Amino acid sequence: MKPGLTRRGLIGRSVATAGGLAAVPLVTPAEAAIPAAPAPVRTPEMVDIVLQVNGRRLPLTIEPRVSLLDALREQAGLTGTKKGCDRGSCGACTVHVDGRRVNSCLTLAIRCQGRAVTTIEGLAEGDELHPVQAAFIRHDAFQCGYCTPGQIMAATALLDEGHAGSDAEIREYMAGNICRCGAYNHIVDAIRDVASQAAGKG
Amino acid sequence: MDAIVGQPLDRVDGRLKVTGGARYAAEFPVPGVVHAVLVQSSVAAGEIVAIDTSAAEGMPGVLAVITPENAEKLQADKGGEQVVSRPTLQDMQVLYNGQHVAIVVADTLDRAQAAASALKLTYKQDEAVTTMDSALNTAYRPKHFRGGARSPDSNRGDADAAFDAAAVKVDATYRTPIEHHNPMEPHATIARWDGDRVTVWTATQGISGAQHTLATLFGIPPANVRVICPYVGGGFGCKGSTWPPATLTAMAARKVGRPVKLSLTRRQMFTSNGYRPRTVQKVKLAADAGGKLVAIRHDGMSQMSMPSLGEFAEPVGLATEMLYSCPNVAVTHRLVGVNAPLPTYMRAPGEASGVFALESAMDELAVALRIDPVELRLRNYADGDEHEDKPFSLKNLRECYRQGAEAFGWSQRNPAPRSMRDGRVLIGWGMATSTYPANRRPAEALVRLQADGSVVAGSGTQDLGTGTYTVMTQVIADELGVSPRRVRFVLGDSTLPPAPGSGGSTTVASVSPAVQAACAAARQKLFSLILADPQAAGLTSADLRLANGVVLAPARRFPLSQVLARAGLEYIEGRGKTEGPPGGHSLHSFGAQFAEVRVDPDLGEIRVSRYVGAFDAGRILNAKTGRSQLIGGITYGIGMALLEETATDAETGRYVNADLAEYLVPVHPDVPLIRTIFVAGEDPVLDPLGARGIGELPMVGVAPAIANAVYHATGVRVRDLPIRIEDVLG
Ligand code: FES
Ligand code: FES
Repeated sequence: MKPGLTRRGLIGRSVATAGGLAAVPLVTPAEAAIPAAPAPVRTPEMVDIVLQVNGRRLPLTIEPRVSLLDALREQAGLTGTKKGCDRGSCGACTVHVDGRRVNSCLTLAIRCQGRAVTTIEGLAEGDELHPVQAAFIRHDAFQCGYCTPGQIMAATALLDEGHAGSDAEIREYMAGNICRCGAYNHIVDAIRDVASQAAGKG
Repeated sequence: MDAIVGQPLDRVDGRLKVTGGARYAAEFPVPGVVHAVLVQSSVAAGEIVAIDTSAAEGMPGVLAVITPENAEKLQADKGGEQVVSRPTLQDMQVLYNGQHVAIVVADTLDRAQAAASALKLTYKQDEAVTTMDSALNTAYRPKHFRGGARSPDSNRGDADAAFDAAAVKVDATYRTPIEHHNPMEPHATIARWDGDRVTVWTATQGISGAQHTLATLFGIPPANVRVICPYVGGGFGCKGSTWPPATLTAMAARKVGRPVKLSLTRRQMFTSNGYRPRTVQKVKLAADAGGKLVAIRHDGMSQMSMPSLGEFAEPVGLATEMLYSCPNVAVTHRLVGVNAPLPTYMRAPGEASGVFALESAMDELAVALRIDPVELRLRNYADGDEHEDKPFSLKNLRECYRQGAEAFGWSQRNPAPRSMRDGRVLIGWGMATSTYPANRRPAEALVRLQADGSVVAGSGTQDLGTGTYTVMTQVIADELGVSPRRVRFVLGDSTLPPAPGSGGSTTVASVSPAVQAACAAARQKLFSLILADPQAAGLTSADLRLANGVVLAPARRFPLSQVLARAGLEYIEGRGKTEGPPGGHSLHSFGAQFAEVRVDPDLGEIRVSRYVGAFDAGRILNAKTGRSQLIGGITYGIGMALLEETATDAETGRYVNADLAEYLVPVHPDVPLIRTIFVAGEDPVLDPLGARGIGELPMVGVAPAIANAVYHATGVRVRDLPIRIEDVLG
């Protein structure tokens, strides 16, 4: 992602124009521009923190109760991480913290200082998709796409954990990630595919 | 060039979805946006007598607390299918637990949440009726069944007399629970006013419906409402109507004079945008000794809200009217009103619940007759629609039974219950028929052929994950001889040519003919330009062919860039239209569902271990995204059969499992490898491509196939969904 390239101007324009084909925000950037919302009213309990997200410093001013998920989505403009339940029961918000998968809705942002946070926006190397991302496209391992970032973050962790030994094992270790579109069959296909490619190489 | 339509093209929006770049309603970076949170009633019936907002209003960052006491008065709605006008803070009445009673706006989400919980409401409580089963004696006839298009009852022959006289009978009552759609994306809306114009980014299955509903309620022309929704994180029916949260977001944005964002919590998803209502269905079947049906009676009751909220009747008996050949058929639909939110369409509304009852009863009849379940269905095969008295536009159900049974290995089935085992585990095989209407509604599309040979096209339709972006791209690629990579199809913006809401499996059959027609119009314009050129002397449009940005003719070629430059045009535009459904035929899709379950005889644990679904859904435009819809629908059906139920606390009328930890939906280990079969066939009556929607068909018949398999495994007939461990432990 080129840091200088933001789509804010583009989206602003698309809102303002009369509409039609030119104005439709079909192609949205993989990394969001950070909107210049007016700074929230500052209160004494607010703290200044710095997160490391996808290898970049992310300074934030937040209340201590703010979850990592809300900090990413509402403050950092990193909306690739999804909120499905905000209660730890769906896996849509899965990110990696120091390489381990966590539910970001159950993680306080303030506790992540000094730790490496990786979100779906940080998985690809430039234009080159992570093998799991590519396999998800190839196997059509999603429909609406809303659970997909969480499934992919869980799947990459599962492969690192060495839990892709069989379909049954994949299903068990992916059990925390709900897909209401019911793409489970294809998600398992995608993960198995990447696991066997890796095994082939190894 | 080989046809692109039909190929398993990767989803064109795939890259955006796997990189986190696809933007859903709550994710548009609208500058200056502030956050709203809804507050719900904690009683099921009564009146709000006092609202203390002082604590909330004094909290940091709070911008507004809107209650029925200070809410903007909305215009009365004029009916309209998409209009759910209550409850929108217009009065102090409370009609169900979880009703929205206030909306709080603050500069951050956390502050809005904190302020919302600081609101104090006092109620005068009335007695509430909270469960359907306690009020069955109050059942009434729906007033606007199917939007008033037909009577809730139908009759052919004399079902009661034929039933009384028949040799073999089934008479049973089946029950299905309240279920919630629970798309993974909770509903969300961002609203921004610019004078008397409003832009809303909202999670909806119908941008046109949202546009018109908001225009009506706020008393502004539809042209002043722009609705944007390029991606929907699943809908399944709950995003089909424009429910109060979207309206309240717009109201809040007007009040605070800034853009406002509202995302429902998962708990609020249970009381904010409908649900599949509970049903109680009595089914009577009678057959002669040869297994020929002589009478069918299906009396369905579905649960409703209080009538002032609207009306929704689950149309459980519609499939019963046409699925089998039978001279005597009677169907009725009734409603039972309780203090609950308004129910709505949920994936395969009517068919999913109704076919569970009918196809369970058919299995019971097969047992009573000692006839194989597939054979019983073949003996009662309907060659035409006996209810509408019309031929089917396409019906390959026989092939579905045959191919499904063969893939499943049905012929190896021992019909006796509890006869098949794997060690100590009981094995059961069950099947059921699937059917869902094929629909088409008016739609429009616009296509622009650009000088560089690329194409931009659009229609005000939606992609719920169903593949609209991808299949329309394929249609255009074929029509205009261009690689799919050079096509950009846009949707989800109400400034585009209008299209119907995406519900009832209508999108493909409605939008693709409009897109095709728009391509043909653009191509025709291009050909006319060329034929007017002296270099084209002697040619007719039959000689011309468009491929990769060049129009080819015998011994001559006309690059698009040159044709457009000469004509002084940036692009050539074509528009196309689809009309409503064709008359003359009965339009339905069909399928056959086969399930294997494994039941632990000591623990009662039920697992679906094998599954085959064979479907007759016309031409499949993309085998890859099409299969995703099939496995998705079957997975949804597994949830209906074994897991899903929203439980109501009778005392308070509150849903006790309104979250994803306790409202169980299928997760990875619940779903076996599903085998899907598309039975070849095209439906040229419904649309020129021969395609039909397949969003709902695959879910119909899954629950009865599994229930029938559970009977076969255990000898226990479960007529009340979901099937639980305790049901089979005897
Ligand atoms: S949003 Fe975190 S688990 Fe559901
Ligand atoms: S793709 Fe829609 S929830 Fe998984």
